[in-house]
Amino acid sequence: MTTQRLFATTGSCFTDHYEHFGELPHLTRGDLVRRLNEAGLTGRGGAGFPTGRKIDSVRGRRPVVIGNGAEGEPLSAKDVTLLARAPHLVVDGLTIVANALAAQSVYLYVPAQASGDVQIALRERGEAAANRSRITVVEAPDDFLAGEESAVVSRIEGGPALPRDQTALTTRSGVRGRPTLVSNVETFAHVALIGRYGADWFRDVGDTAHPGTMLATVSGTFTPTTVLEIPTGISLRDIVSRSNTATPQRLQAVLVGGYHGSWIPANVIGQSRMSPSGLAEFGAAPGAGVLHLLGEQECGLARTADVAAYLADQSARQCGPCRYGLPRLSTLLDELAFGRVDDHLIDEVHRMVGLVDGRGSCRHPDGAARFVRSALAVFEADIAAHRDGCCAAVPTASVGEVR
Amino acid sequence: MSPKPVAALRLHIDWTRCDGRGLCTELLPQLLSRDQWGFPLTLDNSRDPSVPSRMIKHARRAVVRCPRLALTLIEDT
Amino acid sequence: MTSEALWAIGRGCGITALGFLTLSLALGIVTRSGRPLPALPRFAVADVHRFTALAGTLLVALHVGLLFADPYAQLRMIDFVVPFLGAYRPLWQGLGTLAVDLLLVVVVSSVLRRHLGLRAFRVVHWTSYALWPIALAHALGNGTDTGQLWFQVFAGGCALAACAALAWRVRSEFTEYACARTAVDA
Repeated sequence: MTTQRLFATTGSCFTDHYEHFGELPHLTRGDLVRRLNEAGLTGRGGAGFPTGRKIDSVRGRRPVVIGNGAEGEPLSAKDVTLLARAPHLVVDGLTIVANALAAQSVYLYVPAQASGDVQIALRERGEAAANRSRITVVEAPDDFLAGEESAVVSRIEGGPALPRDQTALTTRSGVRGRPTLVSNVETFAHVALIGRYGADWFRDVGDTAHPGTMLATVSGTFTPTTVLEIPTGISLRDIVSRSNTATPQRLQAVLVGGYHGSWIPANVIGQSRMSPSGLAEFGAAPGAGVLHLLGEQECGLARTADVAAYLADQSARQCGPCRYGLPRLSTLLDELAFGRVDDHLIDEVHRMVGLVDGRGSCRHPDGAARFVRSALAVFEADIAAHRDGCCAAVPTASVGEVR
Repeated sequence: MSPKPVAALRLHIDWTRCDGRGLCTELLPQLLSRDQWGFPLTLDNSRDPSVPSRMIKHARRAVVRCPRLALTLIEDT
Repeated sequence: MTSEALWAIGRGCGITALGFLTLSLALGIVTRSGRPLPALPRFAVADVHRFTALAGTLLVALHVGLLFADPYAQLRMIDFVVPFLGAYRPLWQGLGTLAVDLLLVVVVSSVLRRHLGLRAFRVVHWTSYALWPIALAHALGNGTDTGQLWFQVFAGGCALAACAALAWRVRSEFTEYACARTAVDA
């Protein structure tokens, strides 16, 4: 049983796609929703919401469908890889959903890096005439928040890719007040496969509760960034070994879910599985499949401080608590990682995390809070060492020397 | 004639508009305090705090007076 | 009512209106700062700002209405809308017309600000900074009592209050949390 489903074809062109996958299936709205619900497909963009239910909640006139390939997360490369290797599955998925919802406005929102591949794929479809698509490509900036749902809607409307205040669900009111479906490009690719092979086929692989395959991005300072297609529910250790990382260093911890995710210590990667239930007990979630490895000789607090600085820099600066709280949090974490550590500093960090969490129009400060809290828990021993002026990662070095 | 039950309401803050001017925190001290930069801090730690019926009048005042039009009352679903 | 009475009360309303609008301008600036006043919490400052603006508008309406009724003033309907067409001191009266036009726009846009949206409301509201000096210039240029000491003291007081408020407005620590926020933005 191969788990190379999205990456099943050798080439990315339309001929290869058509040879392997055949015709585009047509499903009514009812059939599509039913099939997706049975399949148990959940969103692959990070939030993991059941796709069938989400599509079913799009009600009203003139719906809009948007394939979100904006990635945003520097540690993730799966969307750009998918768009390079299997763009036609994404286009298929978008078309299937758009047909089912009778949506005339369909968009592919992709960063500049993927724009070339997408344009080629759409041109190939156009030449095939039978599959002439009405998909509009909109370029996404390379910012962290560019892929946030309301930022996507704003950009599609012609405005900046910045999050907006929302009082209604996007599926009810999105682009210019129209019901809008924003889903990750990988989610649409899975829809294209489920549309052809059915729910049972999809469920045949992976975790029972959240089945199928997913794309994971494994990265680390001592390993090249690798994108893999894996069955859901396998252990993190399994994923790390599959990514063929030459590990000159032993693992200390893994950041699961990217910069808005959580750290988990290396000693539990055998027990933790890449599924919501397999990670919940460790305070983590699969998110968009990002796994970032921290070696034993690296300082977790230093890495955390660097990420916090990036998150502060990437704030949209529209909302007070995020605009002022994240930079303050970054300064405090710099002190924690590279300066003097005492009780007062640690209390301040906790206080600042609490001040940013849940206070803003989007979930950026919430994600930052989650990330920092997990670091404070997982690197507790490091904090103690830093208090004494040394670093647990490299006992011979002093705080500030290790990065 | 028995009074119609009032729908439960929540105070929604549009953070992209809020400038921490503090009028709402004066009018709704049981719901809001302020952080070190002046922005409203919900005392029950929720995103959109529930407004008890006895405070709805004050909440409406706060909504009207907010100089940044950052407040709305939304139905509690 | 005799023409003289209309003329006197009409002018009186105008002068009083200037006082109220000056107060409103100053309180508008305090509102913008997010600071309370000794006896007035922030929401009350906003309330009084609104009240004085409406009171001033009412007085302007009386000012204009009574003078319209007074044949001596020679006002026509068009003079309320199009400036500089007046018979009596057309330039200064024209400024008065301009001020009335602006006042109407500012007040209506404020009442309807939820429908206008924040950005449109703010842009229009900023014209208050133009409205006030135009009103003052109209009072000084058109006013019959400009030679009188009491008027000069009153107008001078209004000018002083407005200038003081504006000077405060442009300071960098003007808003209540300016210091706490610049500490981070830096």
